[in-house]
Amino acid sequence: MATAVRIPTQLRPLAGGASELTVEGETVGDVLKALDAAHPGFADRLFDENGALRRFVNVFLGEEDVRFLDGLNTPVAGQSLSIVPAVAGG
Amino acid sequence: MTFVEALRCRECGKTYPVAALHVCDHCFGPLEVTYDYDAIRANVTRQTIADGPQTIWRYAALLPAEAPGAIDLGAGCTPLVRADRLASELGLGELWLKNDTVNPTGSFKDRVVSVALAKARELGFKVAACPSTGNLANSVAAHAARAGMRSVVFVPSDLEPAKIAMTAVFGCTLIAVDGTYDDVNRLCAELTDDHEDWAFVNVNVRTYYAEGSKTLAFETAEQLGWQAPDHVVAPIASGSQLTKIAKGFRELAEVGLIDASEIRISGAQADGCSPVATAFADGSDAIRPVRPNTIAKSLAIGNPADGWYALDEVRKSGGAIGSVSDDEIRDGISLLARTEGIFAETAGGVTVATLAKLAAQGVVRRDERVVAMITGHGLKTLDAITDRVGPTVTIPPTRAAFEAAYSQED
Repeated sequence: MATAVRIPTQLRPLAGGASELTVEGETVGDVLKALDAAHPGFADRLFDENGALRRFVNVFLGEEDVRFLDGLNTPVAGQSLSIVPAVAGG
Repeated sequence: MTFVEALRCRECGKTYPVAALHVCDHCFGPLEVTYDYDAIRANVTRQTIADGPQTIWRYAALLPAEAPGAIDLGAGCTPLVRADRLASELGLGELWLKNDTVNPTGSFKDRVVSVALAKARELGFKVAACPSTGNLANSVAAHAARAGMRSVVFVPSDLEPAKIAMTAVFGCTLIAVDGTYDDVNRLCAELTDDHEDWAFVNVNVRTYYAEGSKTLAFETAEQLGWQAPDHVVAPIASGSQLTKIAKGFRELAEVGLIDASEIRISGAQADGCSPVATAFADGSDAIRPVRPNTIAKSLAIGNPADGWYALDEVRKSGGAIGSVSDDEIRDGISLLARTEGIFAETAGGVTVATLAKLAAQGVVRRDERVVAMITGHGLKTLDAITDRVGPTVTIPPTRAAFEAAYSQED
């Protein structure tokens, strides 16, 4: 399934400057891995050494933080993803 | 001149030049301002500070923006008052309250906004912006008005009416968003990519903004005669303020303005939004985001950016993080008002009620010199208490009616 992913400024150099990419994948984890396959470097920036999302990386599926859903195993089901730096607010 | 050396990632240690950056390009960790402490030690004394203005800018050497360009409504130098009546109710000994309700727009946010917008102007930003739970909205709109900057402020649409009015009156563009603060925050984090000359003070200028909270520690120490307290109790929303208070005391010792000492730091949250208190209680390093449901809207951040650092500061220092119910928050507001004459918003109720709880548990001790941070004014959250305060009695305008009513009351 083709999923649109919004890329934050900090990661756009990896994507040739693009603010949005479209990749294939059934789950949030699949989509993020597909990003890395298409544009090597994403995985290193998004995941820690255990393969979990880094502490300061938020990923939203539609309007929802995937940490409220099933994390990387959440099916994307036609919704778009957005990667957002967590350091904001307060 | 400033004594800033660089920006440094708190997570991976990568350093960056002093620019319009707020997260590490590599790991998305938060960037911290680092200073040349040797130069500060050589140039700054208690006397040079005492000779400075009666605002946060007396500590400009330990701030990341130039004082002469400061956007200044007079934030800071708020009273540190001895609170013997409250201490006696709580079974404590030496208790002090940092009364930050008396800042220009009624909350500690004036400290961070003054620093953030001063730096934003240095960096060439054109518009002042922020996601806010209310207090920050008030302060950004006011400081932008003062500076002649355009401002665009984003708040959850269910915010207290007073905070809406206190923002809109300054002539800003006020965007009410149907969603929680965390939704608003995410929206603004995305908008920073689209509006490069907008300074979202707590997003893309957050590195500098957060430094303003150190002045709570600086003032507290100076007002105690250049001594550190034994125990500080502060509210936790994003966790930034508590983290920066700890940094502030460390810096004062580092540059020789106070003696190094162990300062315990404890945090306060509302039960309806207590992700950091929950992690503390569970002994966990992971902070699980929550959906807030509390009257303490200024603390209602379900996904706190600096929660982990606040947790770490509290644990390292031997403090604790407590949380309190909405009724306990109202009780805390009333207790503070009736014992010390200070009317605080719900966040102050959270702090006082948590202080009471930690005192009862023996975490905050009678033999400690304790400072509690009271960070926002009660007029901002009148709704929280209007159902429990009002006229004692309503009478016709006659002496007889008064005497009859008053004798019953007596």
